[in-house]
Amino acid sequence: MGGSLNANHLMFLGYGALWTIGLSLIGLLGGGIAGFIIALCRISPSRIVRLLSAGYVQLIQGTPLLVIMFLTYFGLPTLGITVSPLTAAGASLTIYVGAYLGEIWRGSIESVPKPQWEAAEGLALSRSQRMVKVILPQAVRIATPPTVGFMVQIIKNTSLASVVGFVELARSGQIINNSLFEPFLIYTIIAVIYFALCYPISLISRRLEMRSGPARLSLGTA
Amino acid sequence: MNINLDFATIFERWPAFLDGALLTLQLAFIATLLGTVIGVLGAIGRRSHHPIVSRICGIYVESIRNTPLLVQIFLVYFGLASLGLKFSAFAVAAAALTINVGAYTTEIIRAGFDSIPRGQIEAAEGLALSRAQIYWHVVMWPAIEKVYPSLTSQFVLLMLASSVTSQISAEELTAVANYVQSDTYRAFETYILVALVYIVLSLVMRAGFWLLGLVIFPRRRRLGTPL
Repeated sequence: MGGSLNANHLMFLGYGALWTIGLSLIGLLGGGIAGFIIALCRISPSRIVRLLSAGYVQLIQGTPLLVIMFLTYFGLPTLGITVSPLTAAGASLTIYVGAYLGEIWRGSIESVPKPQWEAAEGLALSRSQRMVKVILPQAVRIATPPTVGFMVQIIKNTSLASVVGFVELARSGQIINNSLFEPFLIYTIIAVIYFALCYPISLISRRLEMRSGPARLSLGTA
Repeated sequence: MNINLDFATIFERWPAFLDGALLTLQLAFIATLLGTVIGVLGAIGRRSHHPIVSRICGIYVESIRNTPLLVQIFLVYFGLASLGLKFSAFAVAAAALTINVGAYTTEIIRAGFDSIPRGQIEAAEGLALSRAQIYWHVVMWPAIEKVYPSLTSQFVLLMLASSVTSQISAEELTAVANYVQSDTYRAFETYILVALVYIVLSLVMRAGFWLLGLVIFPRRRRLGTPL
């Protein structure tokens, strides 16, 4: 056996937790930008743009994030493009989160009542003015609770970056376990840290949902 | 940059991919079945007037929903092994996926229970139905019927998430892919193919759930409500 858990191990776990937070922020930011574009494409007046973005969402929502990670990290080098674990993980999360946030936000934009569009049109606002000044401010309010809820999924999903060798919380736990052979203790600590990161966000999301009327069911596994 | 794609080498391994896909479906099937049972029991438990029962169910749901599946799988697999309990990777994978999805189905079914109007239960009481009859006919089936779409999306997500069990070498689709790509060095082609297989599997599952919905909720078909 490789000794017992000491302060160095805990430091290492803390460092991993910081990378989990960092990767979550990358996923939220990159996925947020991608999701915003997807949401706008999904309601575009152009049929072809709508079809393409719908196809993207269907493809990504039918594929496990793990396979997307493998595809970017192991697949791209086959094509002669080498990527670092951080790039692969960040890109995969962006692609994945973009599809889900895109759908959440499309739903929010579409649930702004139709007369709002018509009223804005009646005031002779252009399509982009209608969007920015009338629809989006209302959509943001509708979208906030499910978006906050989805952040929990992002944090949990960063654990999959460990499979491409990115040292975040789950991977740092694996590394320590490889030397200490104390799986129950170490994975419980890891689980508790994830819980401490996710549970407050879950609570905020639930409070927001209660305030904004009918509770939505947030989906998600992993 | 030199791109030459070689799908032929990958296609040659189709029997292995087929085995992996079947195992993925098996995992999804077991977890869907047991997950529904846990979900119904958990939802009844969360609404229980007994504070300890509802507390335990609440802790189960929150602890599972706020930790990653990967960590849960490691905890079960390596944790049990360190206690000297050896199970096959498949058994652990099925158990971990069931425990995971059970927490989500508990929440979904509970939301369904909560959406049954109080008046309907009072009406059933007025018709002198027993408590068990009320739970079965007036609460449970209408509740599951209401949340059936979210429930089935959750099970499709679970099937995709079962890819994570490749990390404890359960021989499902993703594990087969890892094996094939390290054997053929055609990682890109392998994972593109596997992604397509997953998309097909999720379409098959969605179609299956839709048909199942028509069979178990005939009222819905009569009313013409889209599932």
